[in-house]
Amino acid sequence: MIEAHLPALQVVLPLIAAPLCVLLRHAGLVWLFATLVTWASLAVAIALLQQVLAGGVIVYELGGWEPPWGIELRIDEANAFVLVIVASIAAVVMPFAKRSVADEVEADKIYLFYSMYLLCLTGLLGIAITGDAFNLFVFLEISSLSSYVLIALGKDRRALHAAYQYLILGTIGATFYLIGVGFLYIATGTLNMVDLAERIPQVQDLQSVHAAIAFILIGIGLKAAVFPLHLWLPNAYCYAPSVVTAFLAATATKVSIYVLLRVFFTVFGADFTFGVVPMTAILMLLGGAGMLVGSLVAIFQTNAKRLLAYSSIAQIGYMVLGLAIGSVTGVSAAIVHLFNHAMMKGGLFLVLGCIVFRSGSTLVRDLAGVGKSMPLTSAAFVVGGLSLIGVPLTTGFISKWVLIEAALEEGYWYAAVLVVFSSLLAIAYVWRVVEVAYFQEPSREVAALREAPMILLAPTWLLILANIYFGVDTSVTLGVAEQAARTLIGAGP
Amino acid sequence: MTPETATALAIVIPMVAAPLIGLLDRQPNLRESVTLATAGLLFATVTSLLLDVMAGAQPSVTLIETLPGLPIRLEVEPLGMTFAAVASFLWIVNSIYSIGYMRGHNEKNQTRFYICFALAICGTMGVAFAGNMLTLFIFYEVLTLSTYPLVTHKGDRKAVMAGRTYLGILLCTSIGLQLVAVIWTWTATGTLDFREGGILAGSVEGPEVGILLFLYMYGIGKAALMPVHRWLPAAMVAPTPVSALLHAVAVVKAGVFSVVKVVVYIFGLDFLNAAENTSWLLYMAAATILIGSIIALRQDNLKRRLAYSTVSQLSYIVLGAMLATKWGIVGSSLHLVMHAFGKITLFFCAGAIMVASHKTEVSQMRGIGRTMPLTTVGFLIGSLSIIGLPPFGGMWGKWFLLLGSFDAGQLAMVAVLILGTILNILYLMPIPFHGFFSKPDVAVAGHHHQEGIHEAPIPCLIAITVTSLGCLALFFFSEPAYEMLLRIVTP
Repeated sequence: MIEAHLPALQVVLPLIAAPLCVLLRHAGLVWLFATLVTWASLAVAIALLQQVLAGGVIVYELGGWEPPWGIELRIDEANAFVLVIVASIAAVVMPFAKRSVADEVEADKIYLFYSMYLLCLTGLLGIAITGDAFNLFVFLEISSLSSYVLIALGKDRRALHAAYQYLILGTIGATFYLIGVGFLYIATGTLNMVDLAERIPQVQDLQSVHAAIAFILIGIGLKAAVFPLHLWLPNAYCYAPSVVTAFLAATATKVSIYVLLRVFFTVFGADFTFGVVPMTAILMLLGGAGMLVGSLVAIFQTNAKRLLAYSSIAQIGYMVLGLAIGSVTGVSAAIVHLFNHAMMKGGLFLVLGCIVFRSGSTLVRDLAGVGKSMPLTSAAFVVGGLSLIGVPLTTGFISKWVLIEAALEEGYWYAAVLVVFSSLLAIAYVWRVVEVAYFQEPSREVAALREAPMILLAPTWLLILANIYFGVDTSVTLGVAEQAARTLIGAGP
Repeated sequence: MTPETATALAIVIPMVAAPLIGLLDRQPNLRESVTLATAGLLFATVTSLLLDVMAGAQPSVTLIETLPGLPIRLEVEPLGMTFAAVASFLWIVNSIYSIGYMRGHNEKNQTRFYICFALAICGTMGVAFAGNMLTLFIFYEVLTLSTYPLVTHKGDRKAVMAGRTYLGILLCTSIGLQLVAVIWTWTATGTLDFREGGILAGSVEGPEVGILLFLYMYGIGKAALMPVHRWLPAAMVAPTPVSALLHAVAVVKAGVFSVVKVVVYIFGLDFLNAAENTSWLLYMAAATILIGSIIALRQDNLKRRLAYSTVSQLSYIVLGAMLATKWGIVGSSLHLVMHAFGKITLFFCAGAIMVASHKTEVSQMRGIGRTMPLTTVGFLIGSLSIIGLPPFGGMWGKWFLLLGSFDAGQLAMVAVLILGTILNILYLMPIPFHGFFSKPDVAVAGHHHQEGIHEAPIPCLIAITVTSLGCLALFFFSEPAYEMLLRIVTP
């Protein structure tokens, strides 16, 4: 009985829990409740992925209303995998959140924090699970609005400015997406993705359909921080509370990349996206530029959080590049990197969270000598950083391998060279931090720091070790990613 | 113990030793016992494979399938067997030496030193026994990263800058060039296995062969082909045992070993001979031999002189591989072994001099033979072996390299080898010569000057003696190694 309703439960669970948090109010209780909810969400997501892998696509009519009248939840390998990524990051971050949030967020706002966190989770899961283009917009707004609040809760007053900046750009993004969907609705008379996929080939010469794909690309591109639409990201990541940065960096942009995949392959279809519209060239340019500019700018950052934020822009470039190549290998590279990057950046931002918890600063120069006073935290940064560079036996290596393989298979020489060059730049920005942490003499404050508490270290190391585990055993990640890529590409008309 | 288990154990033993050493941070004696025991155990494991491999077996074991169709796989073939045997034997000697040196020098962070050393050996064994190019690449990178903390051991500004050069060049070449070459090979041929006769024939042709060769040869930065050799002199800031085992044997030999592997098992000799625009590499190797030697001549710092000597000696091996003839490959493989013993002896001596008399520059070492006779004799033996004079092992490598050059009709290379040998004499021999026959320079020796014998700690002397005798023994007993290595080229 309950198995049949798992798709609805995936969204409804955190959605209902969010207002309950407000009613509970007590910080400790709210945290416990929210933790249980995220863990339950993860259980649901894993169960869904298993169902999909065993039995194929799951179609769920919300409230029993048939499409095109009702909203359809539609789960295949691609979004089941994204659900697992989002839910697992949310679940792993929660134990970390207890002390970190208590440290960084005002005490009387903590219950609101968790409420918003669950809403944000609802939005992200909803975006991934829905099979309806307009419903996707609704969830997009839920996740966006809650994330503006979450960012604004940062300790630094500049968090308000960052949240405001994100609010403006995020709203433009959502609006653009909505305009795109509106055009499609005018042209086809439906909002259901499967129906859209069937009808678009008949109207593919209409200017409005071409405009629609452009609006959607820009709209979602803004949310995914695809270069050059990334301007909101460094500030937002930099000034948000540590937990929020880790959560959003590992999930929000990933979900947006998933939306691009879904819209391009399922809704418009590969023939239209890459055949009629010159999407390969556009995306390759954006992805390539993002990889270069993101990595280059990261080298010169003085704040470690901002450094990782720019690195994210480069990493998003990898995903866009995989998408642009458009072959099964290319798309699986993009999908597997969704997962791998979530592990890397989730872990690395948690490392910075540990440091903030002890020292309160993420400025690179304040990290001098932290390798001695916080050895476990610093070691976690090194391992995460190696994964970011793409050293063998880490997830980063797997992503890079598949991406370069995809580029060479299709003869995109320059793309392979760009990926490699960007990894080399990653050595520079990762090692800058490592050198400061290990080889510079600590200031008196840093020398007096104690290692972060276990409750912070455990989730951090869990994600960091996931980088190694999934860098050695890729049967799950790469296996699912490849199946997902086949489904996505085969699903087009 | 089956050969398969022994193969896997060769990786596992040092991997397990690393955390064990870490746990014994507070008990230095116990900690060093673990290092020694591990080294002994590893050597026993590796030699247990030796007879099987000599008899023609190639035990292989698959650890895990990391990428679809591309497992991490170990397979022991003659060349890897030789490399592993040399490295694991010298690890024992080097561990004894390390204990004397690190304690004699009162180094800090000794636990970290021994942990990283064990990990580096793990990487070396992995490179030696790699069953396909992916496995080789993975362990190659393990070796790079595990040696970084050893290079920067001192932690001062100079060490950090050297570490930057070290890691920068090695990672940039391996990720920037080698990885691309490996993935290219994979997409072109659908396999990365090491096969007799190579895998590229029929899949890659024309100018692409030259480009791929370039990517491999400069991607294997550890082979220190000019101009990607700068990391090696930079690495000399490390404690001397690191320079001795890792930067004269394990790391650099992993580089040239990979070069030979790629030439023999990825390209294949026939394919390489038939391909055009690949001969430039031969000239690059020749140039590295000569330029490296000339730079070595001009170095006053002993360790830097030895480092440039290594740069030039490594290119002998690359040159031999690029001759792409039977004798060239045999010469390369033998030179890999002989140079390992010779060069580690020289580094041991350099370190012994540093510990006992605090001298690092060649110009300070006049008359050193009077206070440190044993060390200076060791240095002499190492030098003679590197130069290639009988009755020392170094002769065989050069012998077959010359034979290979004649065989390939490359008379220019014969000239390079002869010229290289003359340069060898010029930059190595003055040190023991002045050590024995010159009077110590009083102005330089200053208050450090002591009359009478003042040798290095006993463990250092044991190590020097063992490797010097090794140089001698290899001259007389290299037949089995030769027989085994011949199988690489005549299946």
